[in-house]
Amino acid sequence: MRVPVKELKVEERIKCFDEVCLGYSEEEAVLEASRCLNCKSANCVKKCPVGVDIPKFIEYIKKREFEKAAEIIFKYNSLPSICGRVCPQEIQCEGGCVLGKKGEAVAIGKLERFIGDYVLNNDIDVFKKEPKKNKKVAVVGSGPAGLSCASTLAILGYDVTIFEALHEAGGVLVYGIPEFRLPKEKIVKKEIENLLKLGVEIKTNVIVGRTVTLNQLFDELGYEAVFIGTGAGLPKFMGIKGENANGVYSANEFLTRANLMRAFLDEYDTPLKIGKRVAVIGGGNVAMDAARTAVRLGAEVHIIYRRTEDEMPARLEEIHHAKEEGVIFDVLTNPVEILADENGWVKGMVLRKMELKGVDESGRRIPVEVEGSDYVEEFDTVIMAIGTVPNPIISYTTSEIKINNKRCIVVEEDTGKTTMEGVYAGGDAVTGAATVILAMGAGKRAAYAIDHYLSNNNN
Amino acid sequence: MYKIIEKNFLAENIVMFKIKAPMVAKSAKPGQFVIVRIDEKGERIPLTICDYDRSLGTVSIVVQVVGASTCKMAKLNQGDYILDFAGPLGNASEFVNLNEEELKNKKYLFVAGGVGAAPIYPQVKYLRQLGVYCDVIIGARSKELVILKEDIEKLGCRVYISTDDGSLGIRGRVTDLVKKLVEEGNTYDEVVAIGPVVMMKFVSMLTKELNIKTTVSLNSIMVDGTGMCGACRVTVGGQTKFTCTDGPEFDGHLVDYDEVIKRQNMFRDEEVRRMHHTSECSCF
Ligand SMILES: Cc1cc2nc3c(=O)[nH]c(=O)nc-3n(C[C@H](O)[C@H](O)[C@H](O)COP(=O)(O)OP(=O)(O)OC[C@H]3O[C@@H](n4cnc5c(N)ncnc54)[C@H](O)[C@@H]3O)c2cc1C
Ligand SMILES: Cc1cc2nc3c(=O)[nH]c(=O)nc-3n(C[C@H](O)[C@H](O)[C@H](O)COP(=O)(O)OP(=O)(O)OC[C@H]3O[C@@H](n4cnc5c(N)ncnc54)[C@H](O)[C@@H]3O)c2cc1C
Ligand code: SF4
Ligand code: SF4
Ligand code: FES
Ligand SMILES: [Mg+2]
Repeated sequence: MRVPVKELKVEERIKCFDEVCLGYSEEEAVLEASRCLNCKSANCVKKCPVGVDIPKFIEYIKKREFEKAAEIIFKYNSLPSICGRVCPQEIQCEGGCVLGKKGEAVAIGKLERFIGDYVLNNDIDVFKKEPKKNKKVAVVGSGPAGLSCASTLAILGYDVTIFEALHEAGGVLVYGIPEFRLPKEKIVKKEIENLLKLGVEIKTNVIVGRTVTLNQLFDELGYEAVFIGTGAGLPKFMGIKGENANGVYSANEFLTRANLMRAFLDEYDTPLKIGKRVAVIGGGNVAMDAARTAVRLGAEVHIIYRRTEDEMPARLEEIHHAKEEGVIFDVLTNPVEILADENGWVKGMVLRKMELKGVDESGRRIPVEVEGSDYVEEFDTVIMAIGTVPNPIISYTTSEIKINNKRCIVVEEDTGKTTMEGVYAGGDAVTGAATVILAMGAGKRAAYAIDHYLSNNNN
Repeated sequence: MYKIIEKNFLAENIVMFKIKAPMVAKSAKPGQFVIVRIDEKGERIPLTICDYDRSLGTVSIVVQVVGASTCKMAKLNQGDYILDFAGPLGNASEFVNLNEEELKNKKYLFVAGGVGAAPIYPQVKYLRQLGVYCDVIIGARSKELVILKEDIEKLGCRVYISTDDGSLGIRGRVTDLVKKLVEEGNTYDEVVAIGPVVMMKFVSMLTKELNIKTTVSLNSIMVDGTGMCGACRVTVGGQTKFTCTDGPEFDGHLVDYDEVIKRQNMFRDEEVRRMHHTSECSCF
């Protein structure tokens, strides 16, 4: 049996934004680590997108050599406190763990988080910087892709500047994922401070493509290479009637108002209106985050999802927490129209029942409408969490950067090289909405490709 | 941090700020806006770029006090700092993409309502520097609220005024002046109308009848201004557009104005509550 992890009590947590999962203590971490069999060609490693040497770092936890464990993890992953909290472990590392076949997989995520937090709390210097190369590289966007690219380049000795459009660095880590899942002051800000310690400069309020163009970065500001990690933040809507009614938010708007702008605190100026009954459309992490945020703002919250719980792409832990917190799951249900009152405010939705028939190419069950099953439910707020596409400004303003029909930046897979000389890209801007760890991996790979490019091409 | 270099009251509740923001100044074009956050607890509010000086690295904005944030802003003084000043955002006015040859024989009519004279100013300035013909109509409730009249006249164009109470110019509305100018035989290739949404709606209805191409600048509610939240969505020609990345200027004949008006009121109760919470506004 897995060592259980302490969590904030349900009654307490639905009234505040404090972190729900409290993580392992040293004793608990060592005990959990002792369950690991230290497998030879470990399957957990194969299932981690960046191939963290899991048995090795866990071995060091067993021996209470936490700094050594950190050294191992940081070779692969520069944001373990974050990944330990947000990776969908059940389909990645833990999904591959042999112990999971009969019983419970080793809590790899929780152990990684433990080491990440240990490093942050004890101010341990995990990076060894190479000598300065006196070459400037610009990184556009400060999400996980940009952060990991910047830190890797800084370690390699480059002078790195991150340009961020918003007033705060972190990308989805600050504007999207809520405090109760990923603490901002304690974790995200600290990770960013570590980056500053490496000498990375962060310039907020700079919208590349508008404030300064990619060409200007090269020609006027002296950067020799650029990494684009601008993410996929542009929200999709369903295109149904009534969708622009007052009270219909994209999940990004709702979460940005709540997280980045702190609208739930009276002394902050950004408004947010929520009402008594809230419907969140979608079944991913974004939907769970929106739903659990709405719970904390005092609403009765329904998740509306057209498949069943089994097909939900959200992390298991999130679905579990959402249910504990009283979120109601209306599955096999799809909105067909949003109803508004005479002042243009949402008053309800027409919903249609669905059933699953067959599977699509990706192996997912296909939802099909059940004819004549329409019914009306009253809601005050509707939050659309049905996906996002890449942020548009760079591709709108830079014709040299090619995008595909999904608006994703076209790159060479191994290097992240774009169609513009000296420009690399990675993360959600390239893949469409994906995960923190994939974005980090891409940022890091691009950093090595940039190093290769700058070492060979010009001196 | 962005320093306030200069502050001037243009009317009782309309303030012009000149802000030091070299990177914004360098790239600013007519039609674009900035997003401003005054302090740590502030909201992000969009404001049109009213003027810019690339050599001094300054950007001017004109703020009308309507609620908590604009009130807070009006209390700032020369020498104070604004925490965040991001831009330029949105697309430049369409005519910025035309070359001198294409612009040479064009005639523009600008229609400004109230503080709308501020966003009109850099557009007229840009066109006049290229020698393009522009007439300008400014409408306001009364004489005291007519702003930038002399500045626009200095650009070398005729300025017509209408006020609700007749204290300056004709007594009536901007649409009366549009009608009058056209009836008098003036022809225009394009009307650019910027002001309260109802004004843009009525100007567009009129110019549709008169068959004159019309551009409006929408001031929908925004958060990020970079296409990431969808708060600014509007319906144009039956399609959903994001004002911050697709606009802010749109074909005036295709905009669903009633929806824009409804959406602008989305946070009215909350805003009133916050207004009382932050400060009993007594800026002046
Ligand atoms: C609510 C929510 C919950 C999620 N939960 C999880 C989870 O539990 N686990 C998980 O693995 N993944 C999760 N994800 C997905 C994950 O956050 C993303 O895949 C990841 O953040 C992508 O990283 P990125 O660096 O590519 O982009 P982003 O994090 O989106 O960062 C991009 C940054 O670039 C900036 N930018 C954009 N355009 C410009 C420009 N022109 N100039 C300057 N800056 C610009 C943006 O402002 C932003 O800060 C979640 C996403 C959301 C929205
Ligand atoms: C592209 C654009 C350009 C603009 N240019 C100017 C300008 O040059 N000068 C000027 O005085 N005003 C301009 N505005 C309007 C200005 O942003 C609002 O007046 C301001 O945000 C009001 O904030 P408040 O807190 O003082 O008032 P509140 O009491 O919070 O709101 C009053 C009204 O202002 C509007 N508003 C509120 N918050 C926002 C927001 N975040 N974004 C947009 N509108 C909002 C709503 O209609 C609201 O009902 C512009 C708006 C847009 C979208
Ligand atoms: S990075 Fe993510 S997938 Fe890899 S070991 Fe850590 S938690 Fe698991
Ligand atoms: S598969 Fe499981 S038991 Fe084996 S090394 Fe990985 S975590 Fe340990
Ligand atoms: S303001 Fe957020 S998308 Fe336009
Ligand atoms: Mg306000």
